[in-house]
Amino acid sequence: MSEKNLLQAIHDGLAEEMRADETVMVLGEDVGRAGGVFRVTQGLQEEFGPERVLDTPLAESLIVGSALGLSVNGMRPVAEIQFADFIPPAFDQIINEAAKFYYRSNGAWTVPITIRAPYGVVPGGALYHSQSIEAWFCNTPGLKVVAPTFPADAKAMLKSAIRDPNPVLFLEHKRTYRLIKEDVPEDGHEVPLNKARVHREGEDITVVSYGLMLYTALEVAGKLSDEHGIETAVVEPRTLYPLDREKILNSVKKTGKLLVISEANVTGSVSGEIAAVVSQEAFEWLDAPVMRLGAPDVPAAAFARPMMDAFVPSAEKIEAAMLELARY
Amino acid sequence: MAIEKTRARHESLGLGEQDLLKLYRHMLVARRVDERSWILNRQGKAAFVISCQGQEAAQIGTAYNLRPGYDYLYPYYRDSGMTLLLGQTPRDQFLSILGKREDPNSGGRQMPGHFSSRRLNIVTASAPVGVQYPQAAGTALAFKMRGEDGVAVTCGGEASTSGGDWHEAMNFAGIHALPVIFLIENNVYAISVPSRLQVAGSIAKRAEGYDFPGVEVDGNDVLAVYEAAKEAVGRARRGDGPTLIEAKTYRMTAHSSDDDDRRYREREEIEEWRLKDPIIRFEKYLSENGLLDDGEKETMDQEIKAEVAEASSYAENAPFAEPEEALERVYAEA
Repeated sequence: MSEKNLLQAIHDGLAEEMRADETVMVLGEDVGRAGGVFRVTQGLQEEFGPERVLDTPLAESLIVGSALGLSVNGMRPVAEIQFADFIPPAFDQIINEAAKFYYRSNGAWTVPITIRAPYGVVPGGALYHSQSIEAWFCNTPGLKVVAPTFPADAKAMLKSAIRDPNPVLFLEHKRTYRLIKEDVPEDGHEVPLNKARVHREGEDITVVSYGLMLYTALEVAGKLSDEHGIETAVVEPRTLYPLDREKILNSVKKTGKLLVISEANVTGSVSGEIAAVVSQEAFEWLDAPVMRLGAPDVPAAAFARPMMDAFVPSAEKIEAAMLELARY
Repeated sequence: MAIEKTRARHESLGLGEQDLLKLYRHMLVARRVDERSWILNRQGKAAFVISCQGQEAAQIGTAYNLRPGYDYLYPYYRDSGMTLLLGQTPRDQFLSILGKREDPNSGGRQMPGHFSSRRLNIVTASAPVGVQYPQAAGTALAFKMRGEDGVAVTCGGEASTSGGDWHEAMNFAGIHALPVIFLIENNVYAISVPSRLQVAGSIAKRAEGYDFPGVEVDGNDVLAVYEAAKEAVGRARRGDGPTLIEAKTYRMTAHSSDDDDRRYREREEIEEWRLKDPIIRFEKYLSENGLLDDGEKETMDQEIKAEVAEASSYAENAPFAEPEEALERVYAEA
């Protein structure tokens, strides 16, 4: 057990899986000698060689498509998309190919690939290094979409993703890469890809969140407890698709109030799906309208800092929303 | 003199009489299965049919060089000749055409022509055009990483070279000298759009820019295709890298049973190509070489027609999947 940040934890997860299984490999842009633009794959090429840690041409459809072809011929590739914003050229290979191989072959072909993609707003990132793209993919049966937030979860879930026989889109909020450190078990810690995590119990309201917003929500929850005696249950889906509905519903059935917070554009978001599930399945337990807080429906975060800050839900906005819900 | 010359052709390729008859038989099986599928469509039994007619030589000539179940095939929707040669049966084809539960490609989930066989390493095919190319490159990379001599063959029509996936895969294959063969079955039409509006310059010549050989071959001459594919497979197995083969052929039917090609091409053009029908051409070759007389040809055709009729009848009587089976096998269990 040692203290690791999210970036180190993901690196360690990759390295451990590659040591344990020689079919595990990494491919993507700049993942080799440079160790990735965020340094997640630093040192891996030195240890495992230039084939198992492969610098690809700048071609996202190829990165995912070739990973698919590797996977049906005995390999377990981890493909890196340098920024989630650049994933659209690979959309066909993910949505129409990887996610449908198993179904369309009536269960004959499995596709054990993991696609890592850093997402989320970061200062200086602007429109094309900031997007939260999860909703594009959470409408695709056959694909799993995970977005762990904390280092220990991320490492364990990356291992689960690599071992999973299905394609897994593994989202990493880039602004949380170095945000906190926590104890990360060396091995043996397992987190399945279908379980949400309750970070905090509470009787008054339920907040469901992930990524950077989860950190903020947890801080605000502590503050509301200290200053107002409002007790907030905080649930992290961890896997965004398919959702662990039960854990979310169980929490809402205790509190009767739900706020979903994410950094994505609100309309058509994963938050919308969570809100719909709760409205339908826990209607009789609700004491307030289900609320969502997210980015406004503008294309993406702007470059200039004041405009960027206007895009991301702030701690103040989150606090106001949680208070409004608690007092409803 | 002419006979001496042609006889030397197959012998110089290392093909014996049995090889030639096997090539011919499979071309004829593919044709008869295809013809039967149109009848099923006209009878209202098959909702959709897509054809290989005219492309049998390109397919059979290539696939004859592969090791079924070891090499990988990424076919496109006209490649029934290939899949039949690798080990699928007419029965498999009709089960697929009629969407029956026993269909080994997809259990009735996919349209006909979307081939798949885990056992034969025929990788499940899609409808979006060209997506198979990066996948085939990845499969070839796995062979190379393990130091195995397997080959990945991937096919498409000329229109599949217009999109980005083709370029991405060709580039990657060239960079890493991957054991992959790109077979472009240039059949002149992408539904209605002729190749002059689809292809700038020569497809085969594009390989030069990726630093590997590209060959143009008469796609209606099964021996010419066999020769090109033999060399390509040999190169790939030896670790010498990819090859692009452009087989010039012609789509003898409409795009599919939902298409009426009278809207966009002249009957005279089709009739001209009928004279170059790859099956008739190969029959002529076999006849000239004393390998198949009219009686033997008729006997073989009757055998095939009987097999096709039996296969069609079996599939017609086979059950559909239960409706609720549509909900199964979305995710693989760990």
